[in-house]
Amino acid sequence: MSTGFVDQIFVRLKVWIMHFLPPGHDLIASFVSALLNISGVLIVFLTLFAAMSVLERKILGRMQNRYGPNRVGPFGLLQPVADGIKMLIKEDIVPARADKVVHFLAPIIIAAVAMLTLGIIPYGRNMTPLSIDGGILFFFAIGSTTELAVFMAGWGSNNKFSMLGAMRAIAQMVSYELPLIITTLPVVMIVGSLSPDQIVAAQSKYWFVFTPWGLAAFLLFFTSGLVESNRTPFDVPEGESEIVAGHMTEYSGFKYATFFLAEYFGMFAISGLAVTLFLGGWHAPLSILRFVPSYIWFFGKLSILLFVFVWARGTLPRTRVDQVMNFAWKFMLPMAFTCVVSAAVWHYAGRGFFAWIWSLVIIAGVYMTLSILLDTKKKFAPRVYRFAE
Amino acid sequence: MSATSSQELEQAPPRMSSRLEGELMEVSLGPQHPSTHGVFRMNVALEGEIVRKLKPVFGYLHRNHEQIGESAGYLQAMPYTDRLDYFCSMTNNWAYALSVEKLAGIEVPERAEYLRIILAELTRLQNHTSLLGFLLSDMGAWGTPLMYAFREREKILDLFESLSGARMMCDYMRFGGCRVDANDDWIAGAKKIVDLFPKFLDEFEDLILQNEIVIARTQHVGKLSPELAISAGITGPMLRASGVNYDIRKIDKYGFYPRFKFRVPLGDHGDTYDRLMMRALEMRESLSILQQAFAQIQPGPVMNPKVKIRAFKPPVGEAYGRIEAPKGELGFYLISDGSANPYRYRVRPPSFINLTILEDMCLGHTVADVMVILGSIDIVMGEVDR
Repeated sequence: MSTGFVDQIFVRLKVWIMHFLPPGHDLIASFVSALLNISGVLIVFLTLFAAMSVLERKILGRMQNRYGPNRVGPFGLLQPVADGIKMLIKEDIVPARADKVVHFLAPIIIAAVAMLTLGIIPYGRNMTPLSIDGGILFFFAIGSTTELAVFMAGWGSNNKFSMLGAMRAIAQMVSYELPLIITTLPVVMIVGSLSPDQIVAAQSKYWFVFTPWGLAAFLLFFTSGLVESNRTPFDVPEGESEIVAGHMTEYSGFKYATFFLAEYFGMFAISGLAVTLFLGGWHAPLSILRFVPSYIWFFGKLSILLFVFVWARGTLPRTRVDQVMNFAWKFMLPMAFTCVVSAAVWHYAGRGFFAWIWSLVIIAGVYMTLSILLDTKKKFAPRVYRFAE
Repeated sequence: MSATSSQELEQAPPRMSSRLEGELMEVSLGPQHPSTHGVFRMNVALEGEIVRKLKPVFGYLHRNHEQIGESAGYLQAMPYTDRLDYFCSMTNNWAYALSVEKLAGIEVPERAEYLRIILAELTRLQNHTSLLGFLLSDMGAWGTPLMYAFREREKILDLFESLSGARMMCDYMRFGGCRVDANDDWIAGAKKIVDLFPKFLDEFEDLILQNEIVIARTQHVGKLSPELAISAGITGPMLRASGVNYDIRKIDKYGFYPRFKFRVPLGDHGDTYDRLMMRALEMRESLSILQQAFAQIQPGPVMNPKVKIRAFKPPVGEAYGRIEAPKGELGFYLISDGSANPYRYRVRPPSFINLTILEDMCLGHTVADVMVILGSIDIVMGEVDR
């Protein structure tokens, strides 16, 4: 087992810094410890945000048969710096009829919430910034506040497009909160704990994504995650071609950048939670690969999920509001409940081969039933056309 | 809530309606909006997301095209027609040239007619390609289809550039023929592009027109009945998507179109998906016309030597020349009083007339659908506002 030096280097660094503190002051020690954890998370994710913003544009550029940013710095890698400076020196416009306080608070709350949710995720062995027993509960309790911030932005701007965007955001985010939370239930049931650390520890033998219920729950969770972070094909709340920029229409300068940051942090948090819940957290896929530090595995898996986010954005058109809602209530929710049942059956059938089959049968059965009941093939299908000579 | 806004609320009159369904929210989409294709504005009354009223407002790009055409003289109006529908300057040129030829009874040499057909069909290809890209962009596909559509469009624009000297404002045709001849290299280059085009079209249809989200977004959206389409004067792919067999290339038999074998695709539903597919299918027919034209074209003069285009004075009379432009029936109505300027110069723009039934198609649909329906009409504001 590698509790190797490189694997624990950040943990050791923290211990080393902490030993300079005068002994006997527990309050100061815990305060400094929390501060170190917070700065660690912020440094890592702000860097990742900067890297992600330029990489996303690069990847999208490649998908779109163009170069993407390549002017600032080597390969355009300093683009985020230029963007940041531009955003900082831009004029901050507050509409005359806006509710100034709400308009000001919305970006702060949305960014703070997004950062808080990053706290409970185990990034590596012994590397959970905020190790609490109800971590998953904390994630969703805090994460739901995003809706409030979005609505504050939409309401406070006193703009019709903002209002439409906020209304759409509330509708779809509240709807998808349900499948998002319910798909985490099977994992919580099987592990018997709400603590992310114990969920990761329970996946040391196999990842939950390799069970039928785990795979189904992962797909549902990831789709809900796409919706929760307002990404294509579910970027309905800020649908650029329809309602300009949704709740962000009246924001400019660094406030807009804060929304942007919150969107990315939300994406990191959802992907990080998906990795924790279903993809084995920081565990290596094979035992012979355990010499690679655990945090590298975590961020590797995270990068793959983030790439899928970008990939979807580059290739899919946007769905419509009512379609998104129908999908949530008619398909996602029943399937999420099925995952719970399937996981229970898997557990009580002994977690063996037959458990695997039973679990699969339940999910496949419900999936088939739903696809027959929700049959849209008659209404929506490619057509054959006639020609006049 | 802040102090200022609570004061404002106290001063404001009560806005709650006594009716159960509540008030309609009036939103002005445009003239500066990401997907109104220029400076088009729609005053929309929304009930939640559903459109209950829609009033198109245009004129932001009005620049007195017809008046300038009357004061500029016959030849000088030709480059000005490029600016009508700046995607399809070749077909604009042709429609205008056709009207003047009708007015003055001018013959066009055979090679010029073939070149006109080649250029018109190339224009149709690039117009429909970029339309599909723009429509997908309006649907939120964030530029990817548009970039690939533009890659193909670029090739055709390069052809236009090497022939006429300009990529979009070609000013290529003259009454009595074409300005310059195309050499064999140009024909070979055009043939190569046309040969490679079906590959792109296959890919585009596979990836986009079979995409589930695209199908769900476009089918049964913005239906247009054939009766309404006919009574509103709709032309072009939009009319044919409603199932009306009306293609001016077949009806008027202008140019050398009777010499070509091609089919006219017709839709059965008249919804946005049909309008989308009409464009895709028409591109295939255009490709077949182009292949036939490359096989049939013979060397020869491209300009009728009898026409004095500079001091051009047609006899007294009037003429209406129309062609099947990519967007629909494009016509020019000219009245000559025998002088060097037309007495009346009138454009029948397909985009403008196709746009008039926007409200009928949009009512009852959501804001998101309005953008898709607007995109499927295929408008260019330069032509709508003139």
